[in-house]
Amino acid sequence: MTANQEELRLEHITKSFAGVPALKSVDFTVHRGEIHALLGANGAGKSTLMKILSGAYTLDAGTITIGPREVKLHSPSDAKKNGIHCVYQEVDTALVPQITVAENILLDRLSTREGGLWHSWGQIYREAEEAIAKLGASIDVRKKVEGLSLSEKQLVLIARTLVEKAKFIIFDEPTAPLSHEETTNLFRVMKQMKAEGIGCIFISHRLPEVFEHCDRVTVMRDGQQVYTESCEASSMDEVIRHMLGKTFEEEFPKRNVPIGEVILQTDQLTSGTRVKQVDMQVRSGEIVSVVGLVGAGKSELSNVLFGALRRDQGHIFMHGRKLSVKNPSDAIEAGIVLVPEERRKHGIMVEDSVQQNLSLPLLRQLSRIGFVRGRREQEHAQRLVDRLGVKTSSLKQQVKFLSGGNQQKVAIGKWVETKADVFLFDEPTKGVDIGAKSDIFRLIGDLAHQGKGILYFTCEFAEAIGIADRILVMCEGRVVKEFSRDEATQEKLLYYASAGQEDES
Amino acid sequence: MKNKLLHILFRYGSIIVILGVILFFSLTLPHFFSYANLTDILRSISIVTFVAIGVTLSLIVDGFDLSVGSTVSIATVVSASMMVWYEQPIYIVIGVPLLIGAAIGCINAFFIVKVRIPDLLATLAIMYIVSGLHKTYTSGYSIYNNMQFQDGTKAPGKFSESFLWLGQGEWLGIPVPVILLIIAVAVVHVFLTYTRFGRQMYVTGGNEEAARLSGIKVKKVRTLAYVASGVFAAFGGVLFAARIGSGQIDAGAPLLMEAVAAVFVGFSIMGAGKPNVIGTFFGAVLIGVLVNGLTMMNVQYFMHDIIKGIVLVLALSVTFYYLYRTRSGKN
Repeated sequence: MTANQEELRLEHITKSFAGVPALKSVDFTVHRGEIHALLGANGAGKSTLMKILSGAYTLDAGTITIGPREVKLHSPSDAKKNGIHCVYQEVDTALVPQITVAENILLDRLSTREGGLWHSWGQIYREAEEAIAKLGASIDVRKKVEGLSLSEKQLVLIARTLVEKAKFIIFDEPTAPLSHEETTNLFRVMKQMKAEGIGCIFISHRLPEVFEHCDRVTVMRDGQQVYTESCEASSMDEVIRHMLGKTFEEEFPKRNVPIGEVILQTDQLTSGTRVKQVDMQVRSGEIVSVVGLVGAGKSELSNVLFGALRRDQGHIFMHGRKLSVKNPSDAIEAGIVLVPEERRKHGIMVEDSVQQNLSLPLLRQLSRIGFVRGRREQEHAQRLVDRLGVKTSSLKQQVKFLSGGNQQKVAIGKWVETKADVFLFDEPTKGVDIGAKSDIFRLIGDLAHQGKGILYFTCEFAEAIGIADRILVMCEGRVVKEFSRDEATQEKLLYYASAGQEDES
Repeated sequence: MKNKLLHILFRYGSIIVILGVILFFSLTLPHFFSYANLTDILRSISIVTFVAIGVTLSLIVDGFDLSVGSTVSIATVVSASMMVWYEQPIYIVIGVPLLIGAAIGCINAFFIVKVRIPDLLATLAIMYIVSGLHKTYTSGYSIYNNMQFQDGTKAPGKFSESFLWLGQGEWLGIPVPVILLIIAVAVVHVFLTYTRFGRQMYVTGGNEEAARLSGIKVKKVRTLAYVASGVFAAFGGVLFAARIGSGQIDAGAPLLMEAVAAVFVGFSIMGAGKPNVIGTFFGAVLIGVLVNGLTMMNVQYFMHDIIKGIVLVLALSVTFYYLYRTRSGKN
């Protein structure tokens, strides 16, 4: 059989969520024995496409064929039966920590009928060892998974796909949390699999590694496939141009705001192993962006400032006064508020109405002798909805029925009428469509204009450069470099974010 | 269509069942639908409703209080002993049990909120301790007027008239416990629906982490919910003593499950989908009507539990099936 006969072909894939199109007639093809990079900004539709391919979502229209045969993928097990496997970024969700490596590798078989009634430990260990050896790795298959490092867990997942005789494997941002050597090792494994005739789909934000290791590249933007080319015939600039469409600067112009006094200052702030000796300042009217790769400690830093995570050492100062922040209510009292990363879990109450969400931090002001005053609450909510442009059918609508962008506006909106001086935004544009994104940037600009201090935590370097007056780069819990707006480029940020320790001058 | 039916069933199902049961008993039993009998039903559910209000409060903050039954027991014997053994004035007779209830709530909260034992396990342990304490306190005897001690002496006191009036009296033809019950339900309803603290309780129960990140002092909220739960259960115990006119051992044990049943039946009343005190009241009414009707039909009392269990499982089925469908279906 030739490679062409066995290729995986997605044609005219269309998918909408609650009327909002996420994928618009996407075409995508993967040959066996290639590494095909799938690129795109957040919200471009990569993960939706991959979830359709792995059976987690069902498509609205379009066809998926493997070789000559059309396949219907209604569930993850359909996808697996057709040889399509996925190595998720959150490896822990796919592994059972309390059992051995070998059992995890053979988990799919152990949990199905084909596994038979009895299982022979000798055979399980042997097969698992073979799979691990094929990957050129050395992990004791008798060890429990909970004792493994993150990259070892990833290898266990990859070994599982080998045992299942995968034909196509989706790697969903596998390198994001890995160190340099671990990444090199992963690519060695992927090349091994390529040699075995497996088609690898590789999702990443790191362009250099894509061009170093992949055969072809496809770029998605706004739910459409906009570019496919072999890596040799393409270039990073070409890909970036297609990813962005317009430059960030063109799309979200920054507002010029006079910068005033220092509001928030930290001194040697330390918490656990994820936040180490952070010194920084935020001034009135200033937008300071904290960038770093996933796992650099950005979220942790925001949580420490907000009192949601314990501060082990160091101090936080507001207007020059030392704070003792033990929990979020202390931080809010002191004028620091957080828009958390996990919006649906932490930022909003999904079961409650828009109005109730918006009034939550202001209940004291909206009540008299403990009774919430309905009229005032409603006026307050209406005012915010108008100001933020929240698209909702009514104030009584449950927040879970709003789109991601509108949920985020609610999560931000609930703070804007508090007396907060410092706003912490943790990845506020994650999973937000382009229209809502520009609303959010406008809102942040407005807050800065009112003289608030803004800390903007993100792993999107382009956003940081576009919005911030100053950029702090975090790596492994430390702030390793500071750039002014004019000095920063994506390359420099990436350099310091991924390795940066050597040059701390 | 099917969804609509389910929706109606969820919203009005419990009300329809209550009305249906009342209609059924009214048609088959000549004396059922009379003022005397209906107030009798309300009087009989007054104690369990107080306990159920406590359970509602702990459920609102996404907790569970298994110790309410033994809190009722200890409150019953303590209030009885205050009169019979120590001849105390009425404010002590009522106040001390309520303080004990609050203390039990504090202890529960300490283990759940501070030590972080799962609520069911913590309150299970406290349930045993309190149950043992109240029997130790009375040496295993029930307390009655001028009771005889083991050494042959007699207790000095009696149940006072004013105390018994709480459980047995009437005011304008309405039994006093029923009046207390209606006041309690109304006050708690207003508190939960219209006050800041009530809102904070629901938010804390809905998503504790999001509530914490919104600046709500979730530990305080949860602690107060357990304290309130203990106090309501203790008041149920005081009413029990006033109603019976003695301090029975283990008076509260059977009340726990009835209270829990009432709360869960009440989940679905008018489509609330969450613990709410009006629903709890109707849940208690349903159970009271069933027990009353079945007794009048001469159904043996041990069969009542079967019927109560069936009602509970039906109510739970409708509630959770509906909640699961609406929560997972849309998003």
